[in-house]
Amino acid sequence: MAMAIKLSILLLFFLSSLIPTSFSLYEDQVGFMDWHQRYIGKVKHAVFHTQKAGRKRVVVSTEENVIASLDLRRGEIFWRHVLGSNDVVDKIDIALGKYVITLSSEGSILRAWNLPDGQMVWESFLSGSKSSKALLTVPANLKVDLDSPIFVYGGACLYAISSIDGEILWKKDFTTEGIDVHQLLLSDGSDVVHVVGVTDSSQFDTYDIDVRNGGLLKHASASFPGGIYGEILPISSDKFVALDASRSLLVLISIKDGQINLQQTQVSDLIHEASGNTAIIPSKLSGIFSISTDTFIAFIKVTNEGKLDVMEKVDKMVVVSDALPLSEGEQAFALVQHGDSKIHLSVRLVHDMSSNHLKETVKMDHDRGFVHKIFINNYVRTDRSHGFRALIVMEDHSLLLLQQGEIVWSREDGLASIIDVTTSELPVEKLGVSVSKVEHSLFEWLKGHMLKLKGTLMLATPDEIAEIQKIRLQSSEKSKMTRDHNGFRRLLIVLTRAGKLFALHTGDGRVVWSSLLQSLRKSDQCTHPTGLKLHQWQIPHHHALDNNPSVLVVGRCGPSLSASSAMSIVDAYTGKELHNMGPLHSTVQVISLPFSDSTEQQLHLLIDADKRAHLYPRTPEAAEIFQRESENVYWYSVEAEVGILRGYGVKSSCNLEVPDEYCFETRNLWSIVFPSESEKIIATVTRKANEVVHTQAKVIAEEDVMYKYISKNILFVATVSPKASGPIGSATPDESLLVVHLVDTVTGRILHRMSHSGAQGPVHAVLSENWVVYHYFNLRAHRYEISVIEIYDQSRAENKDVLKLIVGKHNLTAPVSSYSRPEVSTKSQSYFFTHSVKAISVTSTAKGITSKHLLIGTIGDKVLALDKRFVDPRRSLNPTQAEKEEGLLPLTDTLPIIPQSYVTHAFKVEGLRGIETVPAKLESTTLVFAYGVDLFFTRLAPSRTYDSLTEDFNYALLLLTIVALVVAIFVTWVLSERKDLQDKWR
Amino acid sequence: MLIYRNGGGYTINGRVKIPGFGAKGFGLPVKANNAKVILNGGQRVTFLKPDGYFSFHNVPAGTHLIEVDAIGYFFSPVRVDVSARNPGKVQAALTENRRGLNELVLEPLREEQYYEIREPFNIMSIVKSPMGLMIGFMVVVVFLMPKLVENMDPEEIRKAQEEMRNQGVPSIANLMPGGGRSN
Repeated sequence: MAMAIKLSILLLFFLSSLIPTSFSLYEDQVGFMDWHQRYIGKVKHAVFHTQKAGRKRVVVSTEENVIASLDLRRGEIFWRHVLGSNDVVDKIDIALGKYVITLSSEGSILRAWNLPDGQMVWESFLSGSKSSKALLTVPANLKVDLDSPIFVYGGACLYAISSIDGEILWKKDFTTEGIDVHQLLLSDGSDVVHVVGVTDSSQFDTYDIDVRNGGLLKHASASFPGGIYGEILPISSDKFVALDASRSLLVLISIKDGQINLQQTQVSDLIHEASGNTAIIPSKLSGIFSISTDTFIAFIKVTNEGKLDVMEKVDKMVVVSDALPLSEGEQAFALVQHGDSKIHLSVRLVHDMSSNHLKETVKMDHDRGFVHKIFINNYVRTDRSHGFRALIVMEDHSLLLLQQGEIVWSREDGLASIIDVTTSELPVEKLGVSVSKVEHSLFEWLKGHMLKLKGTLMLATPDEIAEIQKIRLQSSEKSKMTRDHNGFRRLLIVLTRAGKLFALHTGDGRVVWSSLLQSLRKSDQCTHPTGLKLHQWQIPHHHALDNNPSVLVVGRCGPSLSASSAMSIVDAYTGKELHNMGPLHSTVQVISLPFSDSTEQQLHLLIDADKRAHLYPRTPEAAEIFQRESENVYWYSVEAEVGILRGYGVKSSCNLEVPDEYCFETRNLWSIVFPSESEKIIATVTRKANEVVHTQAKVIAEEDVMYKYISKNILFVATVSPKASGPIGSATPDESLLVVHLVDTVTGRILHRMSHSGAQGPVHAVLSENWVVYHYFNLRAHRYEISVIEIYDQSRAENKDVLKLIVGKHNLTAPVSSYSRPEVSTKSQSYFFTHSVKAISVTSTAKGITSKHLLIGTIGDKVLALDKRFVDPRRSLNPTQAEKEEGLLPLTDTLPIIPQSYVTHAFKVEGLRGIETVPAKLESTTLVFAYGVDLFFTRLAPSRTYDSLTEDFNYALLLLTIVALVVAIFVTWVLSERKDLQDKWR
Repeated sequence: MLIYRNGGGYTINGRVKIPGFGAKGFGLPVKANNAKVILNGGQRVTFLKPDGYFSFHNVPAGTHLIEVDAIGYFFSPVRVDVSARNPGKVQAALTENRRGLNELVLEPLREEQYYEIREPFNIMSIVKSPMGLMIGFMVVVVFLMPKLVENMDPEEIRKAQEEMRNQGVPSIANLMPGGGRSN
C-alpha cells in the first residue's frame, strides 16, 4: 500500500512536470486504435437513378434529416449531407437527370445538389405567408422556353422554379382561396398543373394552372358536407378518391369537362366484414387504390365508368410500394408479406392484378422485424424482360436491397439513432482455447519488427511501408472475443430508437450481436414504444461467475410520462432476451442503487408518475437488502417546466389494493422553487455514478494542501431569465441572466450560487470530482464562454498541521456526509471558447490518477480534447515560480484550440449527440465513444501511456541497442585487459 | 448588399472564401464540399453554392452569430447585427480578433492540420531517445572518465573518495519533496 502511494506520488510528480501535451496522432496511425462508421438513419423517401450507364445510385432522405446518395451495388455512401434540425426534408426528387432536388422546412427551402458529388448547385427560398403542406412535382419531360420547371407548393403558394438555376419563374398565391391543397398533378404531355384540395373541409376544389405563366385556366368545385379523413389520393389524371370524416364512406371524385362529379360508396358495401379504422394507403397506383382496415388490406379497382371493384384482400401486415412505370404504359408495384423468418416479395402489374409478375422469397433475419417501407426499381434483363430490385426499410431501421431473391447488401442504419450506451466486459479466455493460433511465430514477430525498424530509419521501400501499415491495422489482438489484460477490448452495448440492442466490439466496431427487443416492439398494449435507458443489471465479478453479465433496458409505451413502461433483461454475451416485462407501471426515473444481491444483480428503483418507487429485481433477498438500506436512499427530481427541484426518500410500503412488497411510498424531503418570473431551468448535470477519485487532497504550490469537496450528491443546475431562454439573437444582454447553482441532492442545501449577467444558454456542462465546467453564450462579448467552478472542503483545511496529525487530532478519517454540512469554498474562472458546443464530457480512468481531459463536441461535429489544466480557476497572469513548478499555466482569456488535439482528427461524427467515456484497466487509458448519425471510437491516454509501451515501440531497436552494448562491453573489456597488461609491463 | 428586408424577416447574404475553392464551378476539393454555415449555434444550417455564396432567409432583427464549419480550416465566428432601423447597413465583426468586416466575406484564419508530421529520420532523434542516451552515457563513462581520472591529482581523488564515504549512500528520500529539508 505504502509503495503504491509512493509510486503514485512519484507519478504525479512526473506528470506535473510535463508541459501540457495534447493528444495527437500521426496520419499513418489512423484506424489503428480508432474506428469510424457512417450511417444515414431510417429512410423516408428513396429515388432511384439507374437509367444512364455508369454508377447506379439511389438517393434517400431519412428521419435523421440526412440526404444521401448510395451506391446501388454495394450500399456505400457516395455523398451525404446532414441538414439542420429545424430544416426537415419534406420531399426529394431528381431533376434533369443530374440534380437532386430537396424541399425542406415545410416547403420553404428548395435546394438542388449535384448528383455525382453532392455539391449544392442552387438554393431558393420560397417565402410563404402561412404554413401548409409541402408538395413537389418534377415533370419528367416538360419544356418551357428551354427550361424544365419544377412545381412546388408550400406556404399556401404554388411556384414554378427553373431547375437550371433555381430562379422563381412565377408564383400563384392560394392564401385568399383558403384551400388546403392535397395533390399537385401534371399529366404527361399536357401543359396544365392540376391543383387539388379541400376548402373548409367541406368542398373539393380543383384549379387548372397554366405551366407557362401561372395563369388560372379553370376552377371547379363541389361541396361535400361530410368532410374528409386523411388525404385525397389521385387514381388517374381526372379521378381521385377520398374517405369521409366518419371513415365509412368512400368518395370518388371525377372531373369531366370542368365539372366535378362525386360518387359515394359505403365501405361496408364493398367489403363486407369491414371493421373500423379504415384508411386509404397513400401508395400511388394508377387505376387502383388500396385501403387498410384493422384486419386486412383491400385493393380496389376503379373502372372507366367510375365503378369500384374489390380485386383482392391481403393480410394487414403487407406493405405496398408506389407504382413504377414500365415501358408500353404498363405499371408495376410490389407487395411484401412477412412470413416466419422470411419475407415474400411479389411484383404485380397494375392492369393485371390476378397473377404475380414476379414472386420471390427472401430469408430474413428474425431480428430485423417487419418490413416498414418498400421502394422498387426495374432493370432490363439481357432477354429484354423486366427485372426488379427492391429497397426495403425494416422495423429495426436497417436498409436492404433485394434482387433475384437475395439480399444484395444491407445497412444497419438503426445505429444512427442511439439513445443510450453502456459497456460490458468480454468473457475471460478459457483453458483449451488456443492462443498460439493467433500469435505469430517468433520469427514472424521479429520480421515484423525489423520492418518497423526499417520504417523508422526511413529505409523502407513503398511496398514495405504498405506492409507495415497492413501489419498494424490487422493486429489480430484487437478484435479477439476475449477479455484482455489492458481492458481495451469490450462490448459497447447501444440501444437504438427502433428498440434494437446492438453489441459493438471496441476493437474494430463490428456488430457482435443484435437483438430486437420484444418488450419494445409495437403491440396492442404498447402502441408507441420508445427506449429510455440502459443500465447494467448483473456484473459477475466475485460471485455468480458462471453467469453472463446482463443489461436492463427500460422503455415506455407512449410519449407521455404517465404511459406504462416495459422492461427487458438481456444477456450481454449472446444478446438473448432473458426476461421481458410489460406493460408495467409508468416510469419517470430509473435509479441504479449501489447495492447488489448474492448473484450480483444490481438493485434498481423505478419511480413512477405517482412518485411511488418500485424495486427490481423482485426477489425477497433484494427487498431485504433494500429495507436494510432504505434510510440511506435518496433521489431528486427536476421539474423543469415549473422550475422546482425536489428531494425524496423512502417512506413505507405502498397502500395498494393489491399488496405489493416491492413497491414503496416516498416522502418529499426538500424542495427548491425557482421563481418562474426570473429563473427557468435549462440544464442539470450530476456526477457519473461510477467515477473514481484517487485522492481528496490536492497539493498546490508552496507544498500546501487543499481538500477537494467530493460528494456523489452534487447537482449542477443552470437557470436563465425566461426572456433569454430562446435562441441567440432573441434577447438583449440587459434582459438575460444566467445563474448556476451547486445543490446537495440529499439535503437540498445550495452549496454555491453564481450569476453571469448578460449570458444565456444553451448550457452544456460536465461535473467530475470537485469541479464543474460549463459552456454558455456571453451576449456582451458576443462569444461563447467556458467557466469552471471548483469546490473545496474548508473543514479539513487545518489538517495540514503535522503535529495534529501525530497526536491524532485530525478529521481525515471522518466520513464525508451530506449531513455534516462542511464549510466549503469555491474558486472559479471564465474563459472564451470559439465554437458552439453540442456535447461535453470528461475522460475517466480506472483509478482516477491520470490527469483529466475535457472532451468537447463542437458544432463542426468534431471532438476536441482539452486538458483540464487549461480551465484551472487558479491560473493567473504571472504565476510564481512555485506555481509554474506545479504546472499552472499563465492566464489567457481564450482557451486554445489545437488542431492536433481533435480526437476525431480528420473525421466528423455527423449529428453528434453524445460522448461516452469508459475507463480501461490500464490506468493511463480511457475509451471514448462518440455517437450521433455517425459512430466514432478511440482510445485516449490523457497523460500519454506512461504505464505501458505503445504499440509503436520498436523491439528491434531495443535488441539492437542491447547487442551494441554487449559488444561495447566486450570490446572495452578486451581493451582494458590489454591496457592493464601494458601497464604491468611498463 | 449584405442584408435586405424580405417579408417577415431579413436575409443575410455572405460568401465563404477558401483559398483554392470555388474558383470555377464543380470539381471542388472534397474538403470544401462539405462546408456548412451555421447560424446561432445550430438554429439554422445552410450550405455553400459552387461560388462560395450562402444566404439565411427570414432572420429576425437582432445580433446573430455565424459559424463556418469546413474540415481542414479554422474560421472565426462572425457577429452580425441585423438592425430594424437602417436595413442594408453592414455590421459584421469577427469575434476572435474583433476585426470589423465591410462585407460578409469569410475567410479562414488558418488551416488546421489534424495530424502530427512525422519528423524525417535524423541521428539526433536516436541520440535523444532513452536508448541513445544510455549508449551516450556508456561512451562517456568508458572513454572519458578514465581520461579525467588520469588528469586528476591522486591526492584529490583520495580526498573526494573519503568525502563520499562520510556522506553515506544517497537515498531516495533526498529526492522527495520535503525529504531534503531534514538534512
